[in-house]
Amino acid sequence: MASLVAFSFLAALVLGAGLGVVLTRNVAYAALFLLVTLVAVAGIFILALAEFLALVQVLIYGGAIVIVVIFALMLTRIEEFSRVRDNPQKPLAVVAALAILGVLTAAFLQFRPAVATLRGASLEGLGKELFTRWAIPFEVASLVLLVALLGAFLIARTGVDRDRDRDRDGDAPPEGGGR
Amino acid sequence: MSWLGVFAIIGGVVALMVFAGVLGMFTFVGRDPGDAALAPPEADDGPGRLLVLMTTLGGGGMMAIAAVVIVLGGLDALIVAGGLLALFAFLSVVVLALTYMERKVLGRVQQRLGPMRVGPWGLLQPIADAIKLITKEDITPSWVDKGVYWLAPVAFFIPTFLIWLVIPFASGWVIRDLDLGLLYIIAFSVLAIAGLFMAGWGSANKYGFLGSLRAIAQLISYEIPIIVVALTIAMLTGSLNLSSIVEAQGSVPYIALQPFGFVLFLIGGLAEIGRTPFDIYHAESEVMGGPFVEYSGAHWAIFYLAEYVNTFLVGVLVALLFLSGWVGPVLPGVLWFFIKVFAVVTVIFWFRGTFPRLRIDQLMALGWKALIPLAFVNFVLTAFAVFYHWPGWTMTLMGLGLLLAFGYLVNARFTAPGRRPTVRMIPAKELRGA
Repeated sequence: MASLVAFSFLAALVLGAGLGVVLTRNVAYAALFLLVTLVAVAGIFILALAEFLALVQVLIYGGAIVIVVIFALMLTRIEEFSRVRDNPQKPLAVVAALAILGVLTAAFLQFRPAVATLRGASLEGLGKELFTRWAIPFEVASLVLLVALLGAFLIARTGVDRDRDRDRDGDAPPEGGGR
Repeated sequence: MSWLGVFAIIGGVVALMVFAGVLGMFTFVGRDPGDAALAPPEADDGPGRLLVLMTTLGGGGMMAIAAVVIVLGGLDALIVAGGLLALFAFLSVVVLALTYMERKVLGRVQQRLGPMRVGPWGLLQPIADAIKLITKEDITPSWVDKGVYWLAPVAFFIPTFLIWLVIPFASGWVIRDLDLGLLYIIAFSVLAIAGLFMAGWGSANKYGFLGSLRAIAQLISYEIPIIVVALTIAMLTGSLNLSSIVEAQGSVPYIALQPFGFVLFLIGGLAEIGRTPFDIYHAESEVMGGPFVEYSGAHWAIFYLAEYVNTFLVGVLVALLFLSGWVGPVLPGVLWFFIKVFAVVTVIFWFRGTFPRLRIDQLMALGWKALIPLAFVNFVLTAFAVFYHWPGWTMTLMGLGLLLAFGYLVNARFTAPGRRPTVRMIPAKELRGA
């Protein structure tokens, strides 16, 4: 009973804040709504007895990812992107969302839990699996993050900054003297 | 960790959300900026507001308890709710004590007396300050983004407060003894950054915004060495449970095995809580208080509370991870714990009286070029020592060696003569072009 109440609350929070991310036109609000969504998902992980995942969710998504989103907002020109606008990728987004929905629905219909009693995964078992059997996918995931980081770096360093850097590297003595 | 224990955390979060909501509602209702110009300025006098605030706090507390009871049910819920309230009261008292202590320590450092007027030796000064803060008018600038602006102090305080659920004060003196305690602390301390961002962005003030950008950059950079050091400690112990970490240290505190980890953790902790010499994001002379520049009265007081709670938290964590917590001869455990915590806190205040503030680029350079690589080196070396069962003194030697390397790096970066300037003169011509 208690878990049902908690789950309904969290699910409502996830869905509501998720809608907020999509519907708001203000990027800063969207980032904050995203934070609420991700933290609420961590709550659902706790209900599923995955405490480690929940804490990692808060740490990585709630902390790092949202902060990086905010950081990206700062690095791009705020006057250009202060409000979200429609872009030509809308149909593509619909297709992607439908595909994910289809896969998840299929998975739900297929999945029959084999265990009778609820128990969480042990942290040791998780670590061993992750670093032996799933080591390569794990490393590939980190590569994806690296590529994203480099992309963000490129987007942030456009135009004015690049010119200024070239000037600095040239080491031209400042004209007019300093004070 | 019991299954109910996990629920307790969720319940605590929900309860605090409700509590925060009530507090927010009060502020919305309490101040109507629309007719502020028409109403006589003395419309809400101090004692009246204090009364309203106290009733609201009481009501919020009751609703928090109710929420926890609904979510959990049973005796466990009452214990958790009681623990939360007791914790809040305890932390408030600690913050009062810390403000007094800081002013006294700073006074000694600067060869003056500190507060002396209110009560004997100025002992009642923090209480006078608290009353002043609560009864002060809470000004809302007309241009702020109200929702974000009001929620920011709460978003900053809640994670800070929730961390204390897993902190053991002595053997068994803990609300929830989580197996993943250390990870829990790190995860929730990261969330507080959102509060700083909301404060800076919501106040729509350029100093506030600059300050919050600085805060984000600083906090996200110094998180990494802290996490790596915490991992090193977890590796030494083989557990993330804070009580086990203290018990594993026994009579040989980890500061002996990890001298470099200790220094890293203290530096990183100071940067995370934004205290001198890393108080860059609320530097008064540069960004005028940063994210908090537009706040006043009770809302500012919440930020203030959270900052001091964080300072205390750094002291507590250093004591737990490196100074073997409550273990000590003769005196009872709790007493030892507080002796150690207050020793660390005194050192933090002493830093404030001693060191000048770093510049933002120096801070970033220190974080990314010195602390992070050396933290990883420390981590790998410790891993070798643990895996091959090298004796403890090898770890001590490695730590001291890294400390030397760190000192050399800092010296070469910041204080060596003839280094290249990091700030460039900008000719007036270029400025005109911009």
